[in-house]
Amino acid sequence: MVKEKKAKTRKKISYAKWGYIFLIPFFATYFIFSFIPLVNTFYNSLFENYRSGLTQIGPNFVGLQNYISIFQSDLLKYLGNTMILWIIGFIPQIIISLILAVWFADFRLRLKGSTFFKTIIYMPNVIMAASFAMLFFALFSDDGPMNNLLINLGILNSPFRFLATVWGTRGLIGLMNFMMWFGNTTILLMAAILGVDSSLFEAASIDGAKSLQIFTKITMPTIKPIFIYVLITSLIGGLQMFDVPQVLTNAKGSPDRTSTTLIMFLNNHLYSKNYGMAGALSVILFVITAALSLVVFFVLTGAGKRRGGK
Amino acid sequence: MRKKVVSGLLCAAMAASLIGGCSSKSAQNTQSQSGTPEATSKEAAAEKGAGSTEGKVVNIYVWNDEFKARYEDYYASKLPAGYTVNFITTPSENNAYQNALDEALLNQANAKADDKVDMFLVEADYILKYVNSDSTIDLKDIGITDQDMSKQYNYTKEIAQDGSGAQKGISWQGCPGLYIYRRSIAKAVLGTDDPAEVQKAINDWDSFDKTAEKMKEKGYYMVSGFDDSYRTFSNNVSAPWVDGNKVVIDPNIEKWVEQTKDYTDKGYNQKTILWAAEWAAGQGPEGKVFGYFMPAWGVDFVMAGNSLEKAEADGGKQEVGNGCYGDWAATIGPESYNWGGTWICAANGTDNGDIVADIMRTICCDDATMKKIVEEKNDFVNNKTVMEELAKSDYKSQFLGGQNPLQMYCDAAAKIDMSKISPYDQGLNEEFQTAMHDYFNGTVDKDTAMKNFYTAISEKYPDLKIE
Repeated sequence: MVKEKKAKTRKKISYAKWGYIFLIPFFATYFIFSFIPLVNTFYNSLFENYRSGLTQIGPNFVGLQNYISIFQSDLLKYLGNTMILWIIGFIPQIIISLILAVWFADFRLRLKGSTFFKTIIYMPNVIMAASFAMLFFALFSDDGPMNNLLINLGILNSPFRFLATVWGTRGLIGLMNFMMWFGNTTILLMAAILGVDSSLFEAASIDGAKSLQIFTKITMPTIKPIFIYVLITSLIGGLQMFDVPQVLTNAKGSPDRTSTTLIMFLNNHLYSKNYGMAGALSVILFVITAALSLVVFFVLTGAGKRRGGK
Repeated sequence: MRKKVVSGLLCAAMAASLIGGCSSKSAQNTQSQSGTPEATSKEAAAEKGAGSTEGKVVNIYVWNDEFKARYEDYYASKLPAGYTVNFITTPSENNAYQNALDEALLNQANAKADDKVDMFLVEADYILKYVNSDSTIDLKDIGITDQDMSKQYNYTKEIAQDGSGAQKGISWQGCPGLYIYRRSIAKAVLGTDDPAEVQKAINDWDSFDKTAEKMKEKGYYMVSGFDDSYRTFSNNVSAPWVDGNKVVIDPNIEKWVEQTKDYTDKGYNQKTILWAAEWAAGQGPEGKVFGYFMPAWGVDFVMAGNSLEKAEADGGKQEVGNGCYGDWAATIGPESYNWGGTWICAANGTDNGDIVADIMRTICCDDATMKKIVEEKNDFVNNKTVMEELAKSDYKSQFLGGQNPLQMYCDAAAKIDMSKISPYDQGLNEEFQTAMHDYFNGTVDKDTAMKNFYTAISEKYPDLKIE
């Protein structure tokens, strides 16, 4: 018995060995370029280390002092800003992406020119966020084309100062994020829906199910894994939002710092090369991101499992 | 057999990409500078001198094209053969210029001769940081003598001296500030465009306020935006921004906040931000702004271009008739002040000391060159003899409708006192103005704006304490 088992396992390991060997490059790269810097950041955050003018102050070991100063600062305000900015962009994004994905994948609608539309909606993703933000900055400025258009149409009497109001700025950032990412999301979700066995849809429509019922009872549960993936990656991207608000508000996060995201806050610390504070903030961000991702993951997959999914 | 060879090659390729990827990344890290400098070389690739320790590339760090223009017009033809000059431009917004410069200076010892920083420009707002450091050298070491600098205004020399009196920087310009107003608007509202008469209407802040009211009645704006009068107040403070390591807000700065909030509420300004497109549009032919507080460099470098109907980029020229070029005049305004100023420093470790000294001598000390700079560029140069001579001459500024403003500039220059600057001025000025914009717009109240100012400062300068 034992000899047989050994013979069997010996055969299996010989192939698995090659699998592991091919995985080594990835793990080596990850270890050197992601894991070691991660530990290094945590180590750096325990020091007071910045530059005043041309003189270097530190590194002096201060323990958890950096973390205390971060928590005493407006960290929660910036976290709130980041989440609000993410939600303003994400809610329209997911709704429209789902609608478009269902329409594009629907075998009965047979939309004409769907390839053309797919290309068009993906294009904003290709533009660099920084130039996109500069474009919006010029479009929505006090004297810009948008204001002129609205005044000519008679909707406004005097220019509406988008970038001087809290919700104007936040709305613009959300709009930009939406436009940049809904193409990507649509294509992902469409691929997921196309992966659903079409006989399910046919059977459902023969049984007299309405479109909404098909959507909620068949489509959504089946594409749940992809949906979770979209949610988590969007959440992580949202938490790390930087380039759009940075360029739109000229790094000031104005007005009243209501569009300052966590990474903009971190970038401000790098103004004087403050690796101590920046490191502390990075670690906190890492913990928040990991926690939120786990929450999303367990809530959604836990519910899926209970319904008798795979 | 073939399969084994192919799979073996694939493995080797993957392993090579891992190692190859590593080395190029680490090489990138040691050679790249932080920030985003864009290098604009002027001539063909530099030739490395055969076995010499001196590199043939003179590296000059700047944040805009003003000095580059001066260099090209007044020195480029004198550059010795075989040398090239490389301007490395990083805009100064949000400290990007200083970051790039600091990285290069701290790397000076390790840099190749052709990559060493040779010369760099600094502004009044942060000159102390470099003068008091080891990154700049005494100009005597590269051959600039007291005799060379004898005709310069004293304040330009004093600012650039460190604690032991070594002269670390030199400037070609003085920056007394005046109030530049639109002649046509003055005629329409005040009935005259004569500088002496207009001066009576804005001789002190009370009359300035009254004139602002008159402007508003006729549909014009007294100033363009929030930051226009900032320098007038900030230059006449009684104490520096920072006392030891505590930030102190001077009462004169508070006056600026009060005046601007008042003007914004009463509609005397267009709520623009300095240097923004709307701010510049007020200087153009369609602009409704009565005047701008500007120093000499502002008149030439900023306003002249903005006043044109047909931009220079489209082939237009700076001449009367193109837009509102020529429809302006200068007067002293409610208070004399100075705004900024650019100094040139020689970097410690430069390998092209002679050329650096020659550039400095030509542009900052030579009478003939500096006279040309005034006549052609309307700048105010750092040469008492030249300026006094031109003030009494027939020099006319076409942009200012034929006026000779130089005597006014000279008088203002004589009064300049820059003893109240600190190394933290740039960040403090920028952040204070930004924080106050929210208050002027009505988005937040004054206390919240102050809190935001202190938060921003504690991020930028962690070693400063707040009162």
